[in-house]
Amino acid sequence: MNLTLHVWRQQGPEDKGRLERYQAKDVSPDMSFLEMLDEVNEELIKEGREPIVFDHDCREGICGTCSQVINGQPHGPQAETTVCQLHMREFKDGDEIYIEPWRARAFPVVKDLIVDRTAMDRIIEAGGYVSVNTGGVADANAILIPKADADTAMDAAECIGCGACVAACPNGSAMLFVSAKVGQLAKLPQGRPEAARRVCAMTETMLDQGFGNCSNHYECEAACPKGISVKFISMLNREYFKALPKLKGNKDA
Amino acid sequence: MILDGKCPSGPLADKWDNHRRDLKLVNPANKRKYTILVVGTGLAGASAAATLAELGYNVEAFCYQDSPRRAHSIAAQGGINAAKNYPNDGDSIFRLFHDTIKGGDFRAREANVYRLAQISNNIIDQCVAQGVPFARDYAGYLENRSFGGAQVSRTFFARGQTGQQLLLGAYQAFSRQVQAGKIRVHARTEMLDLVVVDGEAKGITVRDLVTGEIRCHAGDAVVLASGGYVNVYNLSTNAMGSSVTAAWRAHKKGAYFANPCYTQIHPTCIPVTGDHQSKLTLMSESLRNDGRIWVPKNKGDQRPAQQIPEDERDYYLERKYPSFGNLAPRDIASRAAKQACDAGLGVGSGRGVYLDFTDAIERLGEDTIRARYGNLFDMYQRITGENAYQQPMRIYPALHYAMGGLWVDYNLQSNLPGLFVLGEANFSDHGANRLGASALMQGLADGYFIAPYTIADYLARTEPGKASSKDDEFRDSAAQVEGLTNKLLAVNGRKTVNDFHRELGHIMWEDVGMARSEESLRNALEKIPALREEFWNNVRVPGNGADLNQELEKAGRVADYLEFGELLARDALNRDESCGGHFRVEHQTEDGEAVRKDDQYSYVAAWEYGGTGKTPQLHKEPLTFENIELAVRSYK
Repeated sequence: MNLTLHVWRQQGPEDKGRLERYQAKDVSPDMSFLEMLDEVNEELIKEGREPIVFDHDCREGICGTCSQVINGQPHGPQAETTVCQLHMREFKDGDEIYIEPWRARAFPVVKDLIVDRTAMDRIIEAGGYVSVNTGGVADANAILIPKADADTAMDAAECIGCGACVAACPNGSAMLFVSAKVGQLAKLPQGRPEAARRVCAMTETMLDQGFGNCSNHYECEAACPKGISVKFISMLNREYFKALPKLKGNKDA
Repeated sequence: MILDGKCPSGPLADKWDNHRRDLKLVNPANKRKYTILVVGTGLAGASAAATLAELGYNVEAFCYQDSPRRAHSIAAQGGINAAKNYPNDGDSIFRLFHDTIKGGDFRAREANVYRLAQISNNIIDQCVAQGVPFARDYAGYLENRSFGGAQVSRTFFARGQTGQQLLLGAYQAFSRQVQAGKIRVHARTEMLDLVVVDGEAKGITVRDLVTGEIRCHAGDAVVLASGGYVNVYNLSTNAMGSSVTAAWRAHKKGAYFANPCYTQIHPTCIPVTGDHQSKLTLMSESLRNDGRIWVPKNKGDQRPAQQIPEDERDYYLERKYPSFGNLAPRDIASRAAKQACDAGLGVGSGRGVYLDFTDAIERLGEDTIRARYGNLFDMYQRITGENAYQQPMRIYPALHYAMGGLWVDYNLQSNLPGLFVLGEANFSDHGANRLGASALMQGLADGYFIAPYTIADYLARTEPGKASSKDDEFRDSAAQVEGLTNKLLAVNGRKTVNDFHRELGHIMWEDVGMARSEESLRNALEKIPALREEFWNNVRVPGNGADLNQELEKAGRVADYLEFGELLARDALNRDESCGGHFRVEHQTEDGEAVRKDDQYSYVAAWEYGGTGKTPQLHKEPLTFENIELAVRSYK
């Protein structure tokens, strides 16, 4: 099939950026979306033009590196699918496709389709962990965890940190991302002692980094390639309100 | 030269304890005077960086990804082994050790593998304490499953995302140390040279992938945890950015490269569809617990799988290996699939065999299968457009893991003092074949529990801050890296980097793939240098070096593969026997099993760089087996 692409090109964070038009010819339905772009790039290089720059790595839908908004939807039209796992059989001959980077204040464009997502690392650094040093821990089966809790923790832990939730949110909120980590650790006994400090520190950092708040649009859940549920945002809110009285006047709680 | 692996003497079970007692310590007040450079932030790198920082050292961590959380360890699906014997089915440290040595076709060091089996239990404890959500049963205890090459259930897992959960555990421990100011992260930064001062590794030269800036970093020790090299085959299950570059550049600075010909071909990948393909996708080996592998008995049988009656199917693994059946180790299952396809029995494009869940669905119900493997079935459907609940999956072997790597001694130190190599980047624990669920184990064992002890022993003998990035060695290194970048940009030829990578991959797969012969290897050794020469005359790298330039990044990596591929083929030619992931067609039994030559090749081959296109020098480290009897591997 033959397609017309409208691709966001932006030289750097200061550049204004614009959509440019390219033709993708003889696209096979077995290609992944990124393989289709690879072929377009090969042609551009042979013509002496600069290839389109985009982020990708594992191409197995798990590293969370790929980050393209396709026809207005982060990761494209297929539910629970990252761009790298989106295949061209989802498109039709003659389609026009618009490809843009994640758009959010906290994710400045680096170049073309690449954005800077280190703000999400800073949220994890603020408290998205269990504070345990290596060595000297108890036997693994000494901590019993009900299967339902372990399963719920795993549902949350599946988050790949791609940032599609932020890109989909009208407020550019990272609430689904934060709630996934808070939710995972809140469900486990290991995470409890520092739960109050964790939820406050991560939420505060989220706002400091330029992400918005949640106003229940649920676009994040719809865009999430791993199907993380907004129920974790409710869990995050409960954790936050439980934490507030504990932390009043005691930042070290 | 005979190399010394420095394995401690004494009884196997006491070696590591005794050795740790002898290792020197660094006083807590002195630890903060030392800086350690960690290259790579996967399981091995992130766990090492986190642990070293906890101990009080200053750590500078480098990765080419935008965040340490994206290292390729994240893609490991199946699980991690440990000798906990929770299921009470007869597992023990010795049995895990024995299975690993045997699985590796008796080409790994006894002492290292035993230590790995011992430490495996601490890893599970550590990860649970970090909040890794391993699978649990209804009583709240940890659940286990089995993997290829073992008859016990010793594999711990977190759905089909075990690598992801273990990596995020390590990344979180790492992030905690970033917050504490003990780790400085340099993301989107690629190591392009190792700096050696007075024979010791004291720094690295990197390129900032966003600005193009070439920078030098000095430290008191360098930890390389930069992963494996099987992208030399172009198509593999590795991430697109995975490369040999960091290890190869260290090799060019004097570090020996060991056993490069040991590459693992994984039996359960989704088959290739066409020339456009950039990447192969693995289906977890755990699928072989419930899936049955077969091909039609008749050549050219074009009927859909469901219409082929039972008596016209060949369940070849169950037939050839009745006691291990579909759970035969990876090298054996891969070769058996290739033999079936070479005999004209392949399905789909002819390069595929069926992995069939019909029986399991009848026995257990679709819901159980969905609960166990649902995400893998979904992934399969996205890629192939087929529903594997209704028709069998098609699978074919693909390059997956490197068992070779930089040579290290028992302390995980290379022959260059101060250069420690961890995880897939070193050669030490898997021998000629890696058993399932043991790569995650090795990465974390090295990073959490081995390197932090052994690096201390090195640092205790060195004065902190001996090298500075203003030194001549650093200036020379930066100039060399800059020169290489400019050279790549100046060629301005007609073929793209991908064209060359595909051509190299084709040579490697055809001549140095699942089965090799003296003839095919000599052929590769002629074709690779010719392709390399063409590359340097005809590659086109657009753009410039002072910018984010993904073609330039790729070009540097492919340039290294064009040198490294030759070493891999040379090592394969030198090893005139069959073992594990290295199968020489000259050495097989009548029914196609590998024939080892223990009297001649029971050694680690460690190569010393001699210059591009020049013959490298072979050093041998003899392998001695005191606790295990060398035997022919049998899974029948």
